[in-house]
Parts: sequence; structure tokens; C-alpha cells
Amino acid sequence: MLDLPFIWAALIAFAVLAYVVLDGFDLGVGILFPFVSGEAHRDEMMNSVAPVWDGNETWLVLGGGGLLAVFPLAYAIILPALYVPLTVMLLGLIFRGVAFEFRWKTRRGQFLWDWSFAFGSIVAAFAQGVALGALVQGIPVVGRAYAGGWWDWLTPFSLVTGVALVIGYALLGATWLILKTENHVQRRAYDIAFWAAPATLILIGAVSAWTPTLNASYLERWLVWPQILLVGPVPLAVIGLAYVLLRGLTQRRELSPFLATLGLFVLCFIGLGISFYPHIVPNSVTIWEAAAPDNSLSFLLVGATILIPLILAYTAYSYWVFRGKVNAVGGYH
Amino acid sequence: MFGLEALMLARIQFAFTISFHIIFPAFSIGLASYLAVLNALWLATGRPVFMDLFNYWKKIFAVAFGMGVVSGIVMSYQFGTNWSVFSDKVGPVIGPLMGYEVLSAFFLEAGFLGVMLFGLSRVGPRLHFAATLMVALGTFMSAFWILSVNSWMQTPAGYAINAVGQFVVTDWWAVIFNPSFPYRLVHMVLAAYLTTAFVVGAVGALHVLRDRGNEGARIMFSMAMWMAAIVAPIQIFAGDLHGLNTLEHQPAKVMAMEGHFQSHPDGAPLILFGIPNSAEKRIDYAIQIPKASSLILKHDLNAPLAGLDTVPENLQPPVGVVFWSFRVMIGIGFAMLGIGALSLYLRWRRKLYDVKPFLRAAVLMGPAGFVAVLAGWITTEVGRQPYTVYGLLTTAQSASPIHAAAVGASLLAFIVVYFALFGAGTFYVLRLMNHPPHVAESGLAPDKPVRAGGIMPGPVMDATGALPVAQ
Repeated sequence: MLDLPFIWAALIAFAVLAYVVLDGFDLGVGILFPFVSGEAHRDEMMNSVAPVWDGNETWLVLGGGGLLAVFPLAYAIILPALYVPLTVMLLGLIFRGVAFEFRWKTRRGQFLWDWSFAFGSIVAAFAQGVALGALVQGIPVVGRAYAGGWWDWLTPFSLVTGVALVIGYALLGATWLILKTENHVQRRAYDIAFWAAPATLILIGAVSAWTPTLNASYLERWLVWPQILLVGPVPLAVIGLAYVLLRGLTQRRELSPFLATLGLFVLCFIGLGISFYPHIVPNSVTIWEAAAPDNSLSFLLVGATILIPLILAYTAYSYWVFRGKVNAVGGYH
Repeated sequence: MFGLEALMLARIQFAFTISFHIIFPAFSIGLASYLAVLNALWLATGRPVFMDLFNYWKKIFAVAFGMGVVSGIVMSYQFGTNWSVFSDKVGPVIGPLMGYEVLSAFFLEAGFLGVMLFGLSRVGPRLHFAATLMVALGTFMSAFWILSVNSWMQTPAGYAINAVGQFVVTDWWAVIFNPSFPYRLVHMVLAAYLTTAFVVGAVGALHVLRDRGNEGARIMFSMAMWMAAIVAPIQIFAGDLHGLNTLEHQPAKVMAMEGHFQSHPDGAPLILFGIPNSAEKRIDYAIQIPKASSLILKHDLNAPLAGLDTVPENLQPPVGVVFWSFRVMIGIGFAMLGIGALSLYLRWRRKLYDVKPFLRAAVLMGPAGFVAVLAGWITTEVGRQPYTVYGLLTTAQSASPIHAAAVGASLLAFIVVYFALFGAGTFYVLRLMNHPPHVAESGLAPDKPVRAGGIMPGPVMDATGALPVAQ
């Protein structure tokens, strides 16, 4: 089992997870822009992510580029199937990405880039959630290609996962702001987290309950003895982290709400992995069927083994350089 | 949509998104190196003017780089959305190369960009310089890998084809260092340096014209003119070698570039200008030098050169586009050579900052590099048609099974969003360039308060940009 396709599936999953938790909090900061008024406060919010957002989004490029490199068949099936949500996501990421620089270049037009940042973040998050939902509900495949239409992704389930991801990212953003800011922005972040936390938990529950009904193999994965012993701890851990999160918020802690939210995202992701495995395109293509030839996998694995630890090290360094609380004029711009 | 089929729309979409994208890296590859040089000069000499220039260009770099990042993310998904069959078949070869690009370049740039832009007061001048070097190295690594991918599509090597029709690798070294790669890499990196040099030169010239005594403007103008004088001739030489390499591996592309519809058994003419007439298979109103093309391409006046009449009609690249884009690139290349040569003469006469028509010409040449880069890419990419992987996989075989309406709608969305957002970004860059470089240039946005020290303990920058004293 521990062969090259399996290792790469784990690495790609890691890249996607890294993207979700890292860009998740900076998308979340964008999603919360309309809920915090005052340009100085928004300066502070943006400054909290300005030095790191670019690195965060690079994980998305690694997820996409890595999929092309090691699972080209999955890349060739999934991307056309998710054509519309992915295109919308890319456009949303452009709107928010340019705002990081443009917002500081104009005073008169600043509100435009505030909106661009918020709108782009919300749209990108929603589109990612929709894309995820569409993937979970399954993709028709004939031969080596996607065999559905260009609106198949649009279902009640995918819309709910879209909303769930927006709210979930909002919670990540709010708990990040609790950690990185002070005074007014931090108080607003607590207020927002107080409703975003229960909303996220309810949506996690709803999506988790809905998913097994979409597909018999998902149900089997979760509710069959003795596998239930292996997968059972996941929902239990969700409940534990939910407690840590809510307690941290009521006790006005700064670090534990953020860590608990990160933990919730990781658990949801593990849950997805349990549902999917061993498929990469649910129900039709396994990771072994989709994998590129071994020499492509091993060639890139050499680089990944050396470079991913280096990347994690200097990413950690960059976060360390910009550690501590930010403020509106924090020397970033 | 508009009677265009999905394939054509997908081609237009790729051409549009990559053309917009290439503008930003073409500029940031050169500018990252320029920033590293300015940073090094500041550390070596301690002269505040170099830190002023560093801060001046840093703000411009940040905007251009941001636009490059977001337009680049689009590219990494375009292969799958619009060219899924290509991705399935070619992924095992080019995918790992792009994987290396992400791992060795994008993360490096992104990881150190924050420190380079915002971190001087937090990490001190030496670590900050190291971060600047890492960003410059990252931009170069990115060019290395992506040009390897592109070159492999032009001159595939080191591959076999497996049972399900995928290209698989037999020799990675042969894949990465495929026959056209060294030429293309050198040609593109030099193009990026020249592009940046002419932008920097134009900004310098503009501010020298406004205030002859502006030290920062004089320095940047002088540095840019040195680059033009030295790199333009090297680039023309490198381009010529690249052309000979293309003749060897993709003769049909060279036939289209030269406008050779017919074969010339005893010496082909060099067609300087004319209007390609693909229907009649001739160049109308041609102005040509007899036998000169054979001299350039074969180093022999009477060498025979085959024309497009030797290539089946359905395997010919479109002549009109390739013919014109090639001439635009060559024309700009020689204009750059001329500016560089004139600058040497004026420098020798000690009048580099005094001849207004020359300064104005340098301002006009500011965007020339971008036009040349785009024209060069159009020449090489359109000249590769009708293939995506030259001689092996056609463009028509590469496209996704996706409805034309989806491709058309997304194309429209990209056009509207790119022009609106990158148009605004270009406006902001031009406005930054319109500010004269001045003493104590802040690293901050023009309308933001200056803070001298960081929050964390560390060497503190004073506002004049002098090296911090030991604490």
C-alpha cells in the first residue's frame, strides 16, 4: 500500500489541506471586511495577512500543478467537470489578490478595493465550497474524460457546501484576527466568532449527515463494523474541539479559538479523505488508476522530499518575522 | 458563441490569459535582479541614494508582482479546464517540471517577498538582502522550469508513448535540456532584462528631463543605458542562434517567419517587408535582399532553402501572424541596439543627460520590451501550430470535451476582469513612476505614515536610508 501513488496522494492532500487552512484565514479576513467599518480598522485587518497571503495561495498552485504532475488523469477529469466553479474561483482570487497592493495606491478609490477584496474573497470561498461539494457528489466519467454537462456541479448539496466554506473561512478569519489584533478589531472579531462558530458547527453536522446519503460507498465507509472503530474518533474529536472553541471564545482566549478552528478544518478534511479513499475521482478513478508512471512520481518526489521541508522552514520563518500583534500603520506599507 | 467553435475559443482564451500574464514576469524577472543589485550597491557603498532607488522600485515591483501572482494562478488551472486531453497525455512529462517550478520558485518568491517588502526593520539589512536575493533567484528558477516545459513542447525529447497514449519519460535530462531549451532560456531571460532596463531607463529619462539634477533619476538612467548597450547586442546574437536552432528542429516555423511560401533551390531572399498573401501563396509588395536569407540561415549565398510548398497544407502554421510578429520583434531589437549604441557615444562625449531628443526617445522606448516579448512569444507559439507537442500531438486533439458556451463565457469574463483590474494596476504603476525619485524615499505607500522602527527589536532604519549603526 505504501507505494508511490499512495505517498503522492498523501502529499497532494497535505498541499490542499495546507492551502485550505492557510488561505482559509486570509480569505476569511476578506470575507469579514464588510463587517468591520472604518478604514484604519480595515488597514489593520489587511496588514495582518499582507506579508503571508502570497505564500498561502502558492499551496493552491501546488495542489493544481501537483495534481497535473502526479495524477494527470484526475486533473484531466476533475477540472473540466468543475469548469464553472473553478473559473469563478480564479476570478475571485484575482479581485482579492490585486486589492492587497491597489488598496494602498489610492485614497479616493479605496472603497472600490475594499469591495474588491471582500467580494473576491467571498466569491472565491463560495466557489471552492461548491467545487468541493460537486466533487463529493460524484462526476460522470466515460473512458478517460469527463462525460457530463457544464452545469452538473450545481445542486442543493454543492450550494450548501459553498455556504459552509464561506462561514467556515469567516470563522477562521475571525479567530485569526482575535490572535493578531487588539482593541476594536479584536472585539469585533470576537462578536463575529460568536455567531460564526455555532453556524460552522451546525453546517459541519449537516454536510456530514448529508454526505453518506449521496453514495452508498460513503455510508459503508463510516457505519460498518469494525471500521467504525477506526473512523469513530473523528466525529468525537470534532465534538471535543467544538467545546475547546466555544469555551475559548467565552473565556476571551486569544490562541485556542484559532487552533481549535484549524483543528476542525483538519478533521473535516480527514473525514473527506476517509470517504474518498481509495478513489481520487469518487466512485470512478482510484489513485492508482490516475497516477502518472512511477518514474514521473519518483522524479518529483526527490524534489518534494528536499524542498517541502525547506518551504515549511522558511514559511515558518516568515510567520515568525511577522509575529505578534499588528496595527493599522504597522510599517507594512 | 459568435460562430466560433470551442477549440478556437479555448485557443483565444489561452492566448489572452498567457499574454497578459507574461507581461508581469517579463518585468519582475528583470526588476528582481535590479533590486538585488541596488540593495548590494547600498550595502557596499553605504550611499543612501541606492536605498532610495531600492524603495522607489520596490513599490512598483510589489504591484507588478501581485498582478503576476494572480494571473499566474489562472495559468496553472487553464491546462486542465480547457486542455484536459493534453493534460492527461502530457502530464507525466511536463507536470513534474511545473511541480519543480512551484516547489523551487513560487514558494521561494512568496516566502521571502514579505520579508523583502516589509521586513527590513525587523530582520536587519543583511538578512533583508538575503531575502531580496532569494526573490530574484526564485524569479529565475521560475523562468528556468517554465521555459523547459515550453521548449519540450517545441522540441520534444527523452520520451516514449505508453499503452494508454500518454507521453512518458525515458530520460529526464533529455526532457529538461531538450534541444531548444538553452536557446529559449537565454533569449527570454535577456529579454526580461532588456524589458526592465528600458522601463527603468524611461522613468530615469522622464525625471532627468524634468530635473536634470535629480541624482536618483540620473543613476537609474545611466544603469539602464549600460544594460541596453551591453545586453542588446548579446540578445541579437542569442536570438540569431535561437533562429538557427528553430531552423534545425521546426523548419516550417522559420518558413513562416521568413515568408518563404516557395522553395528557393539556389539562394533564398531576405524579405524585409511585404504583405503575406496566404491565398495566393506569395508575399505582395515584397522588399527583399536577394540571397540574404540563405546567407543568414545557412552562411552560404547559394544554399537551397525549402519553402512551405514542401509542407502539407494542414500542417503549416498561419503565415500572416508569424511573419508580422517576427518583424515587430526584430524591429524593436534593433531600435534597442541603436539606443544602447547612442548612449555609449553620448556618455563618451559626457552628454548623456543633456540631449533632450535622446532622453525623449528613451521615454518612448519604455514599453518597447513588452511589445517585443509579446511579439516574440506570438512568433514561437503560433509558429508551433497546428501542434501543441510539435509533430506529435495536434492542438485539435488536445482540447477539453467542454461546451463552447462555457469556454466563450469564461473568455468574456477573463477579458472584462483583466482589462478592468490589470488596467487599474497599470495606472497605479504609471502613477508611481510619475513620482520623481527623491531623497529619503520611503518604503511605504505615499500617503501612509512613516514608522522608523519595527515592533520587534532589531536594527532600526532611519528615514534617510543610511545603514543602521551597531546597537
